[in-house]
Amino acid sequence: MNPAPALSAKTRRTITCIGAAFLIVSVTLYLALPVVALFFRTTPELFFSSLTTPDVLSALVLSLFTSAVSLGIVILVGTPFAYVHTRNNYPGKVIVDTLIDLPLVLPPAVAGVALLVLWGRVGILGQYLSMFGISIAFTTLAVIMAQIFVASPFYLRQAKSLFEQLDPSYELTARTLGASPLRIFALITLPLTANGLVSGAVMTFGRALGEFGATIMFAGNLPGVTQTMPLAVYVGMEGNFAVGLTISILLVIISFAIMISVRLLARREMSHA
Amino acid sequence: MLDVAIRKKLRDFSLDLSIHAKPGEIVVLMGENGAGKSTALNIISGLVTSDTGSIRLDGSVLFDSGTSVDVPAENRRIGYVFQNSAVFPHIPVRENIAFGLRAQHKSPLFIREHVGHWLQVMGLEDIADVKAGNLSGGQKQRVALARALATGPALLMLDEPFTALDAENIRRVKELTRTFVTEMAIPCLVVTHRISDCRDVGDRMYVINRGIREWEGRPEDEPGCTCRNDSR
Repeated sequence: MNPAPALSAKTRRTITCIGAAFLIVSVTLYLALPVVALFFRTTPELFFSSLTTPDVLSALVLSLFTSAVSLGIVILVGTPFAYVHTRNNYPGKVIVDTLIDLPLVLPPAVAGVALLVLWGRVGILGQYLSMFGISIAFTTLAVIMAQIFVASPFYLRQAKSLFEQLDPSYELTARTLGASPLRIFALITLPLTANGLVSGAVMTFGRALGEFGATIMFAGNLPGVTQTMPLAVYVGMEGNFAVGLTISILLVIISFAIMISVRLLARREMSHA
Repeated sequence: MLDVAIRKKLRDFSLDLSIHAKPGEIVVLMGENGAGKSTALNIISGLVTSDTGSIRLDGSVLFDSGTSVDVPAENRRIGYVFQNSAVFPHIPVRENIAFGLRAQHKSPLFIREHVGHWLQVMGLEDIADVKAGNLSGGQKQRVALARALATGPALLMLDEPFTALDAENIRRVKELTRTFVTEMAIPCLVVTHRISDCRDVGDRMYVINRGIREWEGRPEDEPGCTCRNDSR
């Protein structure tokens, strides 16, 4: 029996190209089709009329406000924290590292329950605040706390990695030139890591904006107070589908803009390197 | 005058060195990679702490394990040029040179005049406003040298300053080093692994192996050793 004739090099190349193209197209379609489908279920008229309804507007404003505040707190506290954490060795550093990463793998609903158990009206710390008439759970503050808990690791991990990777000779040279630690941090470390920090901040903002599980558990779903965009989508799907759809499209647009910004920043960082 | 006697346990061996350098004298520390040369400079600069010993510069005690004196690196008045020159890439040449003077809270007028002087003597006037990250290796090394000298240090230390430079820039940096060490009458320590560097710039040299001084003398008398990896 004669062996089957071997495929020519050109045929093999063609088969490889078809296989590769099929793989790329199928993965891209799997990820893109559901998102694109959202845009096909609405019309520009329906989208813009829903956009101006009070429910959508209040969810949009609340989401942007809470995410901006969360991001501000994460940057103000997280940047010096990540710097001090990276530049020093202390007992339990590995545990702190693990705790920073924990919210990334923890189901957000569990994070919400945990926050409620600690800060709720009868929570471990919350009960003492209740004595002074202070209540955190089911307030806008709770939304912010939930967002910080879930989204901060995106910024902290990025900041830690940037500070670790920065060539130590810059900071050491600045020290021998007589600069104080604060001056070195402000004039050398921060500018040299700024692009990466901004891209971490953008990712954090995006994660905060999309936060659902921890928010609904810890802050509830009160329109105008704790009902952020993802929660309004959930409510909309049970009642006014057009509202749910409009907010979903808004979130897709914002998420896309965030990813584009991160890519542009990453490219700028590479060209500076 | 620099007087150093330091001892520090490193991972594979103990660094145990005595180094002396007179004003205007260039002393070269030569040895293989990992011999402890750069660690010695880091200890003298205050970036790493010695286990025991003492460091004296111009009559001041910078470190003394016996009396627990340990002057912080930022107050030691040592100009230290790292192996990679470590110019701050995000700021212009002018600001790099001014960095130490600003840290010393000098007046704006003093800074402007002083920086102008160093730009001129180092041949950096044309690139004064160029971001240091965009410079060539030779230009970066001259900026680093100018930045270290602009603060008026009592000691200059250069860690492998001629690595990654072409022949012309090596010659130029060696000349500049010799000129300013002599003019400013300060001691200078240069770390290198090439005997040609010792002969070109060194008044005296120490051959260091595994943290210990193996030989000391004038470069032209150096008998030759395993660390003679002269590639140029």
